[in-house]
Amino acid sequence: MQYQTVIGLEVHIEPNTKSKMFCGCSQDHFGKKPNTNTCPICLGLPGALPVANKEAINKTIKLGLALGSKISEYSNFYRKHYFYPDLPKGFQTSQKDSPFCIGGELMGFKINHIHLEEDAGKLIHSQGKSLVDFNRSGCALIELVTEPVFHSVADVLKFTKELQLVAKYLDISNADMEKGTMRLEANISLAREIPNAKFQMPNYKVELKNINSFRFLEKAIEAEIRRQELELSEGRTPIQETRGYDENTKKTFSQRTKEDSHDYRYFIEPDLPGLVLENSKFEIRNSKITELPEQKRKKFAEQYKLPKDYIEILASDLGRANYFETAAKLSPDLSKTIANAMINKNLDKEYPEPEEFIKKIRELEDKSYESEQSTQNAIKTVLSENPEIITSYRSGKTQVIGFLIGQVQKQLQGQGNPKLIMEILAKELQK
Amino acid sequence: MNNIPLTIKETQDGLKSKKFNAVELVDSYLAQIKKYNNEYNIFLTVTEEEAYKKAREIDRKGSYATPLAGVVTAFKDIFLTKSVRTTAGSKILENYVPQYSATTVKKIEEAGGIMIGKLNCDAFAHGASGENSDYGPTLNPWNKEYVTGGSSSGSAGAVSANMSLVALGSDTGGSTRQPAGFCDLVGLKPTYGSISRYGVIAMSSSLDTVGTLTHTVDDMEIMYDVLKGEDGLDGTVKNSKAQIIKKSKFKIGIAKEYFIDGLDAEVEKTILEVKKTYEKIGVEVVEISLPHTKYMVPVYYIVMTAEVSSNLGRFDGIRYGFDRSKFGEEAKRRIMLGSYVLSAGYYDAYYEKAMRVRTKIINDFNDAFKTVDAIISPISPTPPFKIGENTNDPLKMYLEDVYTTTANLVGIPSLAIPSSFSKFGLPIGFQLMGPRFSEHQLFELAKKYHKEIDFKPRVAI
Repeated sequence: MQYQTVIGLEVHIEPNTKSKMFCGCSQDHFGKKPNTNTCPICLGLPGALPVANKEAINKTIKLGLALGSKISEYSNFYRKHYFYPDLPKGFQTSQKDSPFCIGGELMGFKINHIHLEEDAGKLIHSQGKSLVDFNRSGCALIELVTEPVFHSVADVLKFTKELQLVAKYLDISNADMEKGTMRLEANISLAREIPNAKFQMPNYKVELKNINSFRFLEKAIEAEIRRQELELSEGRTPIQETRGYDENTKKTFSQRTKEDSHDYRYFIEPDLPGLVLENSKFEIRNSKITELPEQKRKKFAEQYKLPKDYIEILASDLGRANYFETAAKLSPDLSKTIANAMINKNLDKEYPEPEEFIKKIRELEDKSYESEQSTQNAIKTVLSENPEIITSYRSGKTQVIGFLIGQVQKQLQGQGNPKLIMEILAKELQK
Repeated sequence: MNNIPLTIKETQDGLKSKKFNAVELVDSYLAQIKKYNNEYNIFLTVTEEEAYKKAREIDRKGSYATPLAGVVTAFKDIFLTKSVRTTAGSKILENYVPQYSATTVKKIEEAGGIMIGKLNCDAFAHGASGENSDYGPTLNPWNKEYVTGGSSSGSAGAVSANMSLVALGSDTGGSTRQPAGFCDLVGLKPTYGSISRYGVIAMSSSLDTVGTLTHTVDDMEIMYDVLKGEDGLDGTVKNSKAQIIKKSKFKIGIAKEYFIDGLDAEVEKTILEVKKTYEKIGVEVVEISLPHTKYMVPVYYIVMTAEVSSNLGRFDGIRYGFDRSKFGEEAKRRIMLGSYVLSAGYYDAYYEKAMRVRTKIINDFNDAFKTVDAIISPISPTPPFKIGENTNDPLKMYLEDVYTTTANLVGIPSLAIPSSFSKFGLPIGFQLMGPRFSEHQLFELAKKYHKEIDFKPRVAI
């Protein structure tokens, strides 16, 4: 029996806002002393009330617009109830119906919706005790839910890496999996491939939780696919449950089955007034959205004629991509050399200022060019071999000079200084 | 000093003319508290030291210029008061000392008010009699065999027993107006979104409002002006942009649906007398229809319990000292009801449907306010009842809320106005409801009424 893998993703991204989702505490909780980044609101103290963070809403909508989502005209927050020691109010403020962004796609992978919610605190288990750190409690968290459109681990990796890049390009988040500012959950199931029959979605799914690195992601999904294949091949349907991945055993393990799944008792959060979002206003703002990675790649290919592998390396790092562009604008004739110096020699790391970098490149270039004498010799050879070109140049067809330059470079095996060749050629042709 | 003044104006006139000072005022209120509090069970915490400190500070300044300078105030024990124990009338929070104060507590302190203590109430504000307090019921100062009403039982008790000039309560389904009516006081349930709820322990977030209890309508107006307005901490609060229009001619409606079977004859008589009084002074009174009135209590008990079950979830035994076994019977009843109406499979039939009926109820009132400026209504279907009379019948107790839940479901202001006394000498009032942010119009209508009947503020003991 053949199986087709079906995967849907839930990606959590912590936006780089100034403050948490509903209070004034810092959104940046990383590495702080436990319970120092809290207030009555994110501690869920009696009487405290939430006020929605506009910056977080704007960043969520920015992501949606970049991915072609439809922005809800009217949006609400909901209370999602469950008990856990790191959830101080007994409910998480999230969204359900009318999330901020509906639909959209990235690299052809369809997105179901993007919503905004608050994060929970963190449990620390040590020496037989469980401690709660609320520094992260109430932090803004963007959740992107895809359709079940992935059929391989490679697809999942491609999508998540691109999403990470989009988040960086839009200045929404550094989307760092190690720091937990990007977290993944994958819903995995296998469909039977029956020849000539219509594809049917499997009737179960297994949720794989807490994936915190790309390496982990690959291994965990692969392990889960192997497990499900085995189950199915032995005639069992995998049970619907939540599983985790154990790096030591290289296997996934059951965390929670459907029987103890939650009834979240959702209802609209009465403490936060509904939000009317004027679509037109956001579309105008969208026109000012910074470039996406895909646009950058296109530009590097068309405008700067960079080779594919160079484009991938540069575009995957927004800082370097922008550095390249600044430098290439300073001397457009050197774009390939600039990319080469950055990628193969890491010269950009030595020269934080693109101007200095260009100066250095020019120096290097001069050293590696053929000498003036050999350039002159090569030109002489080319001119003597192409008298008809000289005639047509002199009759006004000045564009033929390009052909001559090419021939000279050929003679010099590409080591000629273009500026020098141009100068000497022009002089010779004037004669 | 001989007699404690019963209005803010008299208090401040006395302070300014040096008839007495703030410290002497505090002496007098504390004397009254010491004399009667054990018997009537009104205060859960008396903040004697803080009150004297604030009084001395005000006396030292000596100008008494702020709007509430020298006004002794007590707070229902669901208002968080920094460093002062706040129990919500529940044993769960018996030792809970908040790290911050409610916006309204701060506003009163900044306006020169003197906090004298924290008041008994039904636990987590669940109740219409004060009998659900884990600290025992408050007795009605007008007759201690009777309830004060609830859930702001101590708030009504304190003002009518002259233990505080004014008091704050909360009003989620009548919890300020009903005790005000049972104790001969003015009680305001303001427009939802006019006064910040920040720092008030939540009962039902879409219905909760900060209530105020005073002896006179003039005092209520001063209090409302101090308390209202955005604080940046309650996202539902908006500053009213409505102009205060001085009207010369008013039209009031009485809903025919309000004259139901359970309406006590004496209460009905009061309403008809109020109608006559208004007509006498040139206010037109017309019959109107509010067709969805019969759904008021069921809709209220679905929406309210749903939100209660959510808001009480945080008292899970991990952070506030005591575990869930300390919840009283009424809280448990509401948590179970609320969890049920929100649960998968029942949500559509109960919560969702209730929310849709709520919209219809709101439409009823929007329609009514196209023709009338305000609506007269009983507060409670009966005069005050005896302690223990309704405790074995929770449904009967819920029907106490039939006239008051309206204003909360619709989000409009309602003012409880003292009027007459029953044959047993117990107070009977009525309420005036108006459109959103029409508080000042309600104050004007109430003042007209009190002027006509020559109302004088009075204390029970």
